[in-house]
Amino acid sequence: MNLAQNTATAYTADHKVLARNSLKDSVARYLTQSAAILVLLMLSGVMLALVKGSAPALKQFGFGFITTEKWNPVTEIFGAMAPIYGTLVTSLIAMLIGVPVGIGIAVFITELCPRWLKQPISTAIELLAGIPSIIYGIWGLFVLAPLLQAHIQPLLISMFEGVPYLEGLFSGPPYGIGVLTAGLILSIMVLPFITSITRDVFETVPPMLKESAYGLGCTTWEVVRRIVLPYTRTGVIGGIMLGLGRALGETMAVTFVIGNAHKIGHSLLAPGTTISASIANEFTEADGTLYTSSLIALGLILFVITFIVLAAARLMLLRLQQKAGK
Amino acid sequence: MDTQRNTSLYKRRKAYHYFAMTLAFVATGMGLIALAWILGTLFWKGFSGLSWEVFSQMTPPPGSSGGLLNAIYGSFIQTIIATLIGTPIGIAAGTYMAEYGRNTKLTTTVRFINDILLSAPSIVVGLFVYEIMVSPMGHFSAWAGCVALSILMLPVVVRTTEDMLLLVPDSLREAASALGAPRYLVIRRICYGAAKAGLVTGVLLSIARISGETAPLLFTSLNNQFWSTNMNAPMSNLPVVIFQFALSPYPDWQRLAWAGALIITLTVLTLNIVARTLISTRKQQN
Repeated sequence: MNLAQNTATAYTADHKVLARNSLKDSVARYLTQSAAILVLLMLSGVMLALVKGSAPALKQFGFGFITTEKWNPVTEIFGAMAPIYGTLVTSLIAMLIGVPVGIGIAVFITELCPRWLKQPISTAIELLAGIPSIIYGIWGLFVLAPLLQAHIQPLLISMFEGVPYLEGLFSGPPYGIGVLTAGLILSIMVLPFITSITRDVFETVPPMLKESAYGLGCTTWEVVRRIVLPYTRTGVIGGIMLGLGRALGETMAVTFVIGNAHKIGHSLLAPGTTISASIANEFTEADGTLYTSSLIALGLILFVITFIVLAAARLMLLRLQQKAGK
Repeated sequence: MDTQRNTSLYKRRKAYHYFAMTLAFVATGMGLIALAWILGTLFWKGFSGLSWEVFSQMTPPPGSSGGLLNAIYGSFIQTIIATLIGTPIGIAAGTYMAEYGRNTKLTTTVRFINDILLSAPSIVVGLFVYEIMVSPMGHFSAWAGCVALSILMLPVVVRTTEDMLLLVPDSLREAASALGAPRYLVIRRICYGAAKAGLVTGVLLSIARISGETAPLLFTSLNNQFWSTNMNAPMSNLPVVIFQFALSPYPDWQRLAWAGALIITLTVLTLNIVARTLISTRKQQN
């Protein structure tokens, strides 16, 4: 009798524990799932908020918003062409310098450098990514810009004087701050992203492939050029796009050195503005719905551009991973 | 004749090789010089601006001396609150992706979106929080700054949590399940236990990421020249103070900006190094 009762209580207790456990488990499952969904909602939330915020400006200016260069808070005529141009040109300069240097460093780390130096150099380059962007900004303003103004820019101006096409790019007074300076700083900032991804994909090349090329008598350069780069092309491009995404959206470093002038200068030495720099500089001072909304519309454009670039980069890297997994 | 041509071809290939390798060497030199130059300037100017007053006095009006106490406090408190908001959500999302929902469509999508958010421009996050918090509430506030920072740290936490949980061997999970442990207990006791160092690393990295962020704070928590602990009001923070002071024409302010820059960089680099050591000791143990 007593024994049976005990078994019965134990049985119901077991049931209770099981029921409680499965309840807890489903709570845990749904909690974590909703957190994951929250990440998705975040993206659509950002998109929606930006569209809603920019609606007045887009309604007012329509498609012309993108093709207008004028930016006049007094007459309330706003056009995004100058910031878009500045964003694209600074990022282009950053890529022109950052890509070869970044890939060069990756080649050095994977092919040339002695084993004991690999880790320190990789860490040092990755430290560049750890430095907050505002530090790049004040370094650019107080160190790089004066140096460029005093030495490099006059040199560029005199060097390209009389050269067709290029003359226009390097003309005008050397301000120190301007599109070129911003591009230079961005090129330092994208280095770690390009280098670390390029280095990682370089190391996925099967040693057998490289060894057989070396066995045929190839030089290191030929191995890199003919074996490593073709094999890792998708990954390298993915890394470059990731760097580009960073360069397009970078705010503080650029804001310090770009000069914030809403015009499209022909010269790279002239001050300009980028989308992010305009927002950072003007948003808190913007009065009137149209002004604020135009700045938010700039943000929307920036978000769409970077989203496309970053999504392309991720898709490429993903494809490479799948290929490696096969 | 033939040998001669071969030699010249060989010479040309060698020349290409040396040229390319020299370029790679120079590129590495440029990268390292840039790092040394930036850090060197920062340390030199930062340390000469550093003094006890920096940590004990409020941000000064132009032309007088002062410190950064309110900014340091503001940055500290906002970073902590952002961490408190961002970490649980991030770890939960990462847990779902690695445990409950492994290989589901939702997980793949979230991973893709999360990777994009990881490098999305931070100023856009600032605009987003302005639209959803500052604009409806009608004023800038420290809360909005915290939310902006927590949105920025979220992707980092999600990413590292998922990666670290996926490193936990399935045999451990199966062993625990075979003993009759329900799923949530397996995750809490076994997976979190095994991935502890990695999870902490993720949180440290995300704190490092947000403590230097300026752009999203510019129009969320704004700035405050005075001591304020009111989370509903604008609050001072180091990055925005540095931004404002560095662009000012006053030497006193610029000196403080360098000191503040040094403080931020030291914090961020220390966090990075601690996080790295945590990961590498873990690797050695395995």
